[in-house]
Amino acid sequence: MYRTGIEAPERVWWKKVGRHEKIWVWIAFAWCMVLFAMMPLWHLRGGQNPSGIRHRVDPAAYQARVLEFVQEYQVGTDNGLPVVEPPPGSDVYLQASQYAWLPVVRLRQGAEYTLHLSSLDVNHGFSLYPLNINFQVVPGYDYGLRIVPNQPGEFHVMCNEFCGIGHHLMVGKIIVEPAGAAVGGSADGLAGGTAGGRSSADADGGANTGGGR
Amino acid sequence: MNPFRSCPTTGLKVHRTADSLIKANAVAATVALLVGGVAAVLVLLTRWEAVLLLEAEMFYRMLTVHGMNMLIFFIIFFEMAVLYFASAVLLNCRVPAPKTGWIAFVLMVVGTLMVEWTMWTGRADVLFTSYVPLRAHPLFYLGVILFAVGALTVVGHFFAILVVAKREKAYEGSVPLVTYGALTAAAIAAVTLLHGAIIYIPTFLWSLDMMNVDAQMYRLIWWGLGHSSQQINVAAMVSIWYLLGALTVGAVVLNEKVSRTAFVLYVLFISMASAHHLLVDPGMGPSWKVWNTSYFMYMAVLASMIHGFTVPAGTELGMRLRGATQGLFGWLKRAPWGDPGFSSLAFSIVVFGFVGGITGVTFGTEQINIIAHNTLRIPGHFHATVVSGTAMAFMGITYYVIPLIFRREIAFYRLAKIQPYLFAVGMLIFSMAMTFAGTFGVPRRHWDIGFNQALFQPEFSPAVNLIIGVMAVGGLIAILGGAIYIVVTVVSVFFGRRMAADDSGLGATGRGLPPGITNPPRALVPEDREALKPSGRLGPVPGTMVMVLIFLAAFILYYFVNWALLSFLWEVG
Repeated sequence: MYRTGIEAPERVWWKKVGRHEKIWVWIAFAWCMVLFAMMPLWHLRGGQNPSGIRHRVDPAAYQARVLEFVQEYQVGTDNGLPVVEPPPGSDVYLQASQYAWLPVVRLRQGAEYTLHLSSLDVNHGFSLYPLNINFQVVPGYDYGLRIVPNQPGEFHVMCNEFCGIGHHLMVGKIIVEPAGAAVGGSADGLAGGTAGGRSSADADGGANTGGGR
Repeated sequence: MNPFRSCPTTGLKVHRTADSLIKANAVAATVALLVGGVAAVLVLLTRWEAVLLLEAEMFYRMLTVHGMNMLIFFIIFFEMAVLYFASAVLLNCRVPAPKTGWIAFVLMVVGTLMVEWTMWTGRADVLFTSYVPLRAHPLFYLGVILFAVGALTVVGHFFAILVVAKREKAYEGSVPLVTYGALTAAAIAAVTLLHGAIIYIPTFLWSLDMMNVDAQMYRLIWWGLGHSSQQINVAAMVSIWYLLGALTVGAVVLNEKVSRTAFVLYVLFISMASAHHLLVDPGMGPSWKVWNTSYFMYMAVLASMIHGFTVPAGTELGMRLRGATQGLFGWLKRAPWGDPGFSSLAFSIVVFGFVGGITGVTFGTEQINIIAHNTLRIPGHFHATVVSGTAMAFMGITYYVIPLIFRREIAFYRLAKIQPYLFAVGMLIFSMAMTFAGTFGVPRRHWDIGFNQALFQPEFSPAVNLIIGVMAVGGLIAILGGAIYIVVTVVSVFFGRRMAADDSGLGATGRGLPPGITNPPRALVPEDREALKPSGRLGPVPGTMVMVLIFLAAFILYYFVNWALLSFLWEVG
């Protein structure tokens, strides 16, 4: 006889399972196997994986590497931030700190880069708008992701991990030039484009550290 | 005075200490719900850009208050009450260590007050997750530690009650399924709270500048607490599903072996859930991520899919055995939809499964997490699980706890009847809109997605404003439902009409008592089983069979749509 869940069953409750209940368990099990198989499969066949090159890094050393990167490839400024245009195939270093992404990066459509992410202070979140690509940025760790931008345009990097009182001010920029276009050197013209015109923030580099409303 | 009272409704022997401990923990839970609810209003009206109620600093502070009160204090205090209920009350047993019970309660209250003080005075603007190296006042961490120690003590006490009940032969056979489920919740709680101790004690010392805590290590172990504790909620919620089914419609257990094995799967694999939050972190490699995020090849997901079948199936079969045999869904038509316990149960299962479950598994897929991590999709997911699922089930059982344990009638019973509808519909709109907004990349925990003072201004599509507006309306409806719940419970508990010691409520009309008490499902007799017609192709529970197949179809669709969305992105890896 059936019992409810608040009645004590007999001591041995290990009984034969009804046919339809068993069928559902097997269907569910099969679906779970599909769920599991999809992840390794995507590593083999898919283009988007969060694997990357991962290692520990001292925040000061990372900051020095970013500075070196900026000095090597800077082509202009945008809102007080250096605009950097590394050659295809190179390592790109993006630095997160309260409350800014440094530098502004200009990339080429269809080229492969290794995008390094790390933080100088607390956890931050790399969120590429409007594509919705998200990665965690953890202080003390270098996350090197191979990326191939597949469309041109202007993208923003929003911080999507709470990092302090100025969290919502933390926006950076990545520009992707069309594959066929000539390599540009004048970032100033770029800054006067869409974003620069709307920006109410002072072009001074210190302004981006904000400080609440 | 006799340390036991006899329950006139159920015939159970109830230890008065169990009564008092359940009451104390339930009241503390409701107070936390009120505090977290006030914060919810403020947070919601700030994220609704059209209102933007709070300043940035206050927004993040209230978000911290909301998270801590809802996810830690409300839920865990309530679960402590559930543990006492599922052990001492259901097993007719005494509470062996009343003093320990009270010490644990006081510890938890003191811990709560310490955390509240640091949060409300702006000494802990670190949000619920308090990721190191964001720094809060040392008393914030110490408060959490005290709270966890108190809760761990209750878990130990629960195990002790089970031992005493067995030794004193308080019950015959095996423990009931609901107690068994609570036992798994307690086992998970022990593991979870241990993680809490492992991470909060070093973090407390770090806040005193006495040691270092690695940011990635913190995330790993903290989520061993943060996500695994959600699995206490799942196990407790599923236990309450079985309990509510039994009380409201006499739901039966199809097969004890299947349901109990599913509970064991939770215990075995759930602590791997920490990985769900670290899928796009730099600290771990792909094999670690794949293995852990899948809970050992989705065995804990299998467990939920089993309960998602057995609970409605038990309800269907229980009703069919009592004569509701018409068609596929005749039993649903005859179900007591006016019983707030039953409607809460139904909504809890449906929203938890269809919205919370499907989104959770999908976002917890290693690669799909790239398009979900830290967007509004995540809170969208967990408001469907822990709020529409767990909190909804807890609210539903409250309508039985008030008459059965507090021995009071439910005040404003008519309002209580519509409360689950408001809360469920509001939460459904809210969580779905939130999830949808997240697909546009709208970040969670963000004061101003208009970026008015930022260096650059990404502009979300106008559709996002609309979706956020819908989300806000859903949230306000849910908050109204939550407010009604608080008013009804507080007024019932403190001012409700008392029930005499021998008042079973049986056959009563026009009183504030749910039908599961006034007109309980009749006991089953062997003839009921014989009367049930031999089953067709869909088996003895055809309605449930159809529903789970619809569920599976929705699951498959949502899952693969997300893979498709992912495949359009830049190559990354």
